[in-house]
Amino acid sequence: MDQILGNIDLLIQFPVVNLKIIIDGIMIGALFALAAYGLALVWGVMNVKNLAQGDFVIGGGYVSWWLATTYGLHPLLGVPVAFVVMWGIGWLTYKLVISRVIERDLFTSLLATFGLAIMYAQIMNLLFGSDTQSLVLDVSALGLQNNYYFADGLIDLPAAKVIGVILAAILATGVILFMKRSRMGQAIRATAQDARAARVLGIDTEKVYAFTFSLNSAICGAAGAIIVMVWVIQPFYGITYSVRAFVIVTAAGLGNLPGVIAAGLGIGAAEQYGSHIFGIGYQQAIAVMLLLAVLVYRLLQQRRNRQVLQ
Amino acid sequence: MSMQKTGFYGVLLAIIVAAPFLFPDFSTQLATLWLFIIVAMTWDMTGGQMGYNSLGNIFFYGTGMYVAAVIAIALVYDVGEYTGAAGGGRYDFTNQQYITGFLLGTLGAGVFCAVSAFILGYVLFGLRGPYFAIGTLGMAIAAGELVSNWDWVGGGQGITLPVYAGDFDQTKLFIYFAFAIVGVILFIFLKWLYSTRFGAAINAVRDDEEKAEAMGLQTLKYKLVTWSLSAFFIGMVGGISAFQLISFEPLESAYQTINLGIFMVVCVLLGGKGTLWGPIVGAIMFQIFKEVTWNYFLGWQWVALGALIVVTVVYFQDGLMGWLMHKKPEWFGVRVESKDDTVAEPAE
Amino acid sequence: MSIIEVSGVSKSYGGVKANHDISMSVEKGGITGLIGPNGSGKTTLFNSIVGYHPIDKGSIKFEGKEISRMQVPQIARLGLLRTFQQTRIYSAMNCVDNMLISLPIRKMRFMDNFKRNTPEDHERADRLLEFVGLYEKRFLRAGSLSFGQQKLLEFAMALMNEPTVLLLDEPTAGINPTLINGLIDRLKRANSEFGITLFIIEHNMRVIMNMADSIYCLAHGEMLASGSADEVQNDQRVIDAYLGAH
Repeated sequence: MDQILGNIDLLIQFPVVNLKIIIDGIMIGALFALAAYGLALVWGVMNVKNLAQGDFVIGGGYVSWWLATTYGLHPLLGVPVAFVVMWGIGWLTYKLVISRVIERDLFTSLLATFGLAIMYAQIMNLLFGSDTQSLVLDVSALGLQNNYYFADGLIDLPAAKVIGVILAAILATGVILFMKRSRMGQAIRATAQDARAARVLGIDTEKVYAFTFSLNSAICGAAGAIIVMVWVIQPFYGITYSVRAFVIVTAAGLGNLPGVIAAGLGIGAAEQYGSHIFGIGYQQAIAVMLLLAVLVYRLLQQRRNRQVLQ
Repeated sequence: MSMQKTGFYGVLLAIIVAAPFLFPDFSTQLATLWLFIIVAMTWDMTGGQMGYNSLGNIFFYGTGMYVAAVIAIALVYDVGEYTGAAGGGRYDFTNQQYITGFLLGTLGAGVFCAVSAFILGYVLFGLRGPYFAIGTLGMAIAAGELVSNWDWVGGGQGITLPVYAGDFDQTKLFIYFAFAIVGVILFIFLKWLYSTRFGAAINAVRDDEEKAEAMGLQTLKYKLVTWSLSAFFIGMVGGISAFQLISFEPLESAYQTINLGIFMVVCVLLGGKGTLWGPIVGAIMFQIFKEVTWNYFLGWQWVALGALIVVTVVYFQDGLMGWLMHKKPEWFGVRVESKDDTVAEPAE
Repeated sequence: MSIIEVSGVSKSYGGVKANHDISMSVEKGGITGLIGPNGSGKTTLFNSIVGYHPIDKGSIKFEGKEISRMQVPQIARLGLLRTFQQTRIYSAMNCVDNMLISLPIRKMRFMDNFKRNTPEDHERADRLLEFVGLYEKRFLRAGSLSFGQQKLLEFAMALMNEPTVLLLDEPTAGINPTLINGLIDRLKRANSEFGITLFIIEHNMRVIMNMADSIYCLAHGEMLASGSADEVQNDQRVIDAYLGAH
C-alpha cells in the first residue's frame, strides 16, 4: 500500500513522469489498436470472435525473431516478411477451421478459436522454447541515435519505439486506404453489411471471408514483428493480446475505426499507468481488469436502455 | 425404481468402490478421472442445461484450492508466517489436524465459492452469449494474476501443504474416495434437480431467455442459484485437489485457464451437452484420449489436445449423447410426428 | 375501471417518431383492440408497455402503478403478459413441458421450484391444451408443430400463466383462415370464462370488429380515432388511413 501511494506521489511530484508514461502508453497502444482493428474486421465481416488473435501477433513476432537470429534478417525487414508469412497461416487456418464455424452459433467460433489459440501457443513453445525473446533494432547505421533523452534525462525515447509507431501508422493507413479504394475492400464492406445481399449481387463471400481472415492474421503478424523490436514476446503471451483486442473492440464498437484507435491508445496509457502505480507484476492483471471494467460499463449503459449486452 | 435400474446402479457403485483396490497403480489417474467427471458435470449445469457457456469456471477450482489450503493452515499456524517461510521452516500436521483441516477446508472452499459465484454472477449474468464467455474468462485470468501477486498466500510460488503423516498409499485411497463421494453426491443431486420445476426453468432460460422473462420467470435468480450450486461443487473438488497435489502455484495448477478450464468444456461437448450422462461419458473419453497422447505423442501432447478441442467443436459438437439422441430419439423419450397424427399416446 | 393507463407517451428511433403523444386506456375485464396500417407504431406501443425499450416521454400505469421504467420480467410478474408476433415457444421441449414451464411461478414461494409438478398441474396443462385443440399433439416436440399450432400453444401457455392482462400481437396472422373463427371464439372465452383482460393488436378488421369492446386506431405514430367498433369502422379518417389516402 505504501509503495502504491509512493508511486502516485511520484507522479504528482514530477509531472514530467506522466508525460513519459503517456508517451509509452500511446506507443504500445498503437500496436494494440492494430490487433484490435483486425479483430473488429473479422468480427464485423464474418461474425467470428477470434480468441487466437493474440497468437497471430506472437506468431508474427517469432517469424521476425527466428529469421533475424538464424539468417541475420534485419528486424525492419521482418515486418513485411511476418505480414506475408502470417497471411499464409491465416489462410490455412481459415480453410481448415474458420470456414466451418462461420454459420454456427457464436460460442462455437469462440471455443474453436480458443482451441486454436492453445494449439498455436503450444506449437510455438515447442519450436522456440518458453523464454522471453526480443530483437534489438540498431539504427546508428541510419545516422540516428538509439536513444533520445528529454527533460534532463527523465524521459528517454528509444528510436525503436518511434519507428515502431511510424510503421504501425503506415500499416494502418495502408489498410484503411485498401478498404476504402479497392474492389476487394468494397466487397468486404458490403459483405459485412449484409452477406446474403452481397451473395445475391454476385460477390463471392467465401473468397471475401478467406481474404478478410488472412488480412487480419497478416496485420497481427506485422504488429507482432514490431512488438518484438520494442518489447518482448513469449509463446504464452498471446491470450493477453487477445484480451486487449477484445477490450478495445468492446469499448469502441464494431466498424468504428477512429474509436478503435482512440480506445487502443487509451488502453495502452491506462495499462502503463496501472503498472507504474501497482508494479510491473500486475501488468497482465490490469489488462484483464480493464476488460471487466469495460464490460460492466457497457452493461450499465445497456441497462438504461432496458436491454442486455449480447 | 425398476429392478433393472437398481441392478445397474448397484453394479456401478460396486465398480466405483472396488476400482482403486483392483488397480492400485492407477489410483491417481482414477482420482483425476473423478475430478474431470465432477467439473464436467458442474460445467454442464450452466453450459448445457442453462445455455450460459462459462469459460471461467476454473476460477472456482483455483479459489477452492486456495481457500481450502488457507483454512487448513490457519487452523494450526499463522498463514502469512507459514507461506513466508515457503517450506523453509518445519511445519507439520498431526493426523488429527490433517483430517480436520481437510474436512473444514473443502467444505469452506465450497461455501466460499458458492457465495462468490452469487456475487460475481450479479454482474456477469447481465452479459449474454459470447460476452458472458469472455467476461468469465477474463475473471479467471484476472484472479490468477492477482493471486500470484498476493504474498500472503505465497505469491507466484504458491502454497505447499503439510502432508499426511500416515502411509502414502493410504493417502491416495483417501483422496480417491473423497473425490468419489463428492461425485456420487453430485450425480444424485443433479438427477433430482433436473427433475424439478427448477430444472425445467433453467432449460427454459437456455431455449429462449427472452420468452422466459416475458413469462415472468426471474431468470437472474435461477442463473445465480444454478451457478452458485455449481461453484459449490467445483470449489469442493478444488479443495480436495489442493490436498492431492500438496504443492501448487497460482497460474499452472490453480487458475489453469487453458488446461482444466477448457478441458471441462471439451469433456461436456464430447459426451453431449445438456444431458445427465453426457459429461460423465465425455470425461471418460477425454481422459482416455489424454492418457494415450501423453504416452505416445512425446512433447506434442498439448498440441494434440488443442487439436482435439478444435475437432470436437467443429465436427462433433453434439457429442456422443447428442449423436445417439439423433439416431435413436425413442431411447430418450422424444417423440417425432408419426405418420398418423392420432397415435400420440401418453408417456406414463 | 381502466387497468392500463397510457398517457402522453412518445418514442422515437433516431429521427423517426414511432409514437407521438399517445394516450389510451384498457378497461379491466374487457377486450380492447389496437388497429392501424403497417408502420403506424402499434408494436412500438406494445413494446413500450411491456418494457422492451425506454420511452422518451409520458407515463404508463398498470393497476395504478408506474411501469414505464421497469424491466421486462418485473412487468411480467405483475401479471401483464404478452405474446409475440413471431411466436416464441421452447421448441426443443414437448407441448406439455412448454405448458408446465409456464406455471405462474410468481404466485409461488421460491422453494416451490424444487418440487416436481403436481398431478393438478398436469391436469390443468392437459385441460388448456384441450381448450386450444392441441391435446392430441401434446407429446410432440413443440418445434415440429405448424406455425398456427405454435401460435395456439403460445396462447395456451399464456393462459397457463394466469395473467391479469394479456397483450396479443396479431394473434391471427399466419393462421389458416378456416381456424380463425375457432380462435376468435377461444379468445372470447378466455375473456369471459377466465376473466382475463385482453389487449389485441390486429390487422384483420373482421376479427377485431367481432371481438373488441373498444378500439383504438393508430396512424403515423399518432392516435387517430377511438371508440366502439361501429364508431371506428365508420370514421372517415380510419377509412382514409387504411386506403392510404393521406
